[in-house]
Amino acid sequence: MSTETLQAEKVSEVKVSEPLFSKKNRKLISNPLDIDNPITVQVLGICSALAVTIKLEPTVVMCAAVFAVMTLSSTVISMMRNSIPNRIRIIVQLAVVASLVAIVDQILQAYAYDVSKQLSVFVGLIITNCIVMGRLEAFALGNKPWPSFLDAAGNALGYAAILIIVAFFRELLGSGSIFNFKVFAAMGVDYVGNGVLTNTAGACIILGLLVWAQRARNGYAEEE
Amino acid sequence: MDKLKPHFHKGGKFSFLHSTFDAFETFLFVPNHTTRVGSHIRDGIDLKRTMFMVVIAMMPVLLFGMWNVGYQYHLSIGETASILDNFLYGLMKALPVIVVSYTVGLGIEFAFAQIKGHMVNEGFLVSGLLIPLCLPPEIPLWMVAVATAFAVIVGKEVFGGTGMNVLNPALTARVFLYFAYPGAMSGDEVWVAGSPEKWVDGFSGATNLAQVYNQSTGGATHFDPSMLSASAWDSFMGWIPGSLGETSTLLCLVGALFLIASGIGSWKIIVSTFVGGYVMGAILNMAGGNAYFDMPAYYHLIIGGFAFGAVYMATDPVTASQTETGKWIYGFLIGVLTVMIRVFNPAYPEGIMMAILLMNVFAPLIDSYVIQANIKRRLRRVTA
Repeated sequence: MSTETLQAEKVSEVKVSEPLFSKKNRKLISNPLDIDNPITVQVLGICSALAVTIKLEPTVVMCAAVFAVMTLSSTVISMMRNSIPNRIRIIVQLAVVASLVAIVDQILQAYAYDVSKQLSVFVGLIITNCIVMGRLEAFALGNKPWPSFLDAAGNALGYAAILIIVAFFRELLGSGSIFNFKVFAAMGVDYVGNGVLTNTAGACIILGLLVWAQRARNGYAEEE
Repeated sequence: MDKLKPHFHKGGKFSFLHSTFDAFETFLFVPNHTTRVGSHIRDGIDLKRTMFMVVIAMMPVLLFGMWNVGYQYHLSIGETASILDNFLYGLMKALPVIVVSYTVGLGIEFAFAQIKGHMVNEGFLVSGLLIPLCLPPEIPLWMVAVATAFAVIVGKEVFGGTGMNVLNPALTARVFLYFAYPGAMSGDEVWVAGSPEKWVDGFSGATNLAQVYNQSTGGATHFDPSMLSASAWDSFMGWIPGSLGETSTLLCLVGALFLIASGIGSWKIIVSTFVGGYVMGAILNMAGGNAYFDMPAYYHLIIGGFAFGAVYMATDPVTASQTETGKWIYGFLIGVLTVMIRVFNPAYPEGIMMAILLMNVFAPLIDSYVIQANIKRRLRRVTA
């Protein structure tokens, strides 16, 4: 966490006349998608990545919920940042995030009841998602609303990208379907669902393989 | 051969196949290259010979397993057949599984060796045979292929290949199948080759473990040998339904003697695993309660895959404890955990697989404590 705070403070001096999508601002979106991905690089938010990715449908809804909470909370906190007393900042952040999560949860229950049933407790647990709090602490507290919004959006998209990839493989290979559409049955192939992938351990394995693939591509080597 | 060789060295036209060439050369011929600077070899026993010894040690259970598959099949359809017929039937069932396991496993090993530019290791010679031995004879071949690929890639290559793996590759394959396709790995019908429709009335394909478990959940409070689908003697000798290699405790012990005599398997692990299983069984006997608790402790050692796991899986030198004291602890806990999982956990009728994998994970920790304790003891001796 502390190193992130340091990195974030370097970006904090944003010029007034800067265009909306300057190079620096675009970096805020694109970095978390790959080289600074919240899941595969920072290894945050693993709990929900393992729990909700059995099928694509709840995963997409979960990603949308996280995206909404992250962008809104980052913008709000960033707007309030100069009036938050430093000693109680965590409580203020929690209050903001918790009320947003409550709203998202209510909306899901009203308009997507089945999916919210499947997600059960994990929507509520967005409050404790390390990525949300991490971006608030590391970025939104020290930056203007627009960059904070972009940063939150980038991280939420990075999170979503990984979750959707994991969920795609888990649903395809584990249940033989995509968005509950039985692909293998439609092609006339008799597919036996793989029980490992419908287990949480399967998500761990896919996540590990993703990290492997990403590191192989980016040339990452473990520090000695 | 020698004429071909330069092509595969650096700069030769097939240099990218160097590892493959090297593997076949050392496998088929006696390599003529010797150590260039200062000899340091104490014994000619290299990885290849070690692995081959284990393969030889597995031969008795493999051959018996093939015969048993045929025997169970003919029993189930109510016929009697000669030993040769039984054996041939089992061979036809087992051979494809073995071929698939070796082809897929070695294919991946060779591919990784080529990509990473290191030599092909012989570790898979053993794993490739252990995988068929711990699977039911009727397993679909594509499942064998998927599980083998999973075991080699996720169980071994991810950690750096032979000698670096945390988990026993053969058991990784089995545990993968166990969770991925439970229908093909447990239940009454999978253990005997041939389709259940052909079975004669009264023939039971259930394993001992399933039988005794069902009895004890059915309310039986005391153990009675008739609850098992086979007598203690039959279980010890091995003519019962089960995975290809695990049914005969006797032949596992023959293999164990060979492993110990050749100095490859650790007798400490084998002995302590059996002791651990017996002790835990005895404790449960004293506690009593239901039929499974009440089962005499020695039954635990002869039913299921206990002996097979203790002899061939637990002794894997890579994944077991390295320290001598650690081996005692490691083996003992495998025995204890096996019986605990069998008796207490309804989801897993067979505990040896889980127990060994769990202790594989703990082996480095045990070693670390043993080494620390040793350092402390010697420090005290010096400072006192």
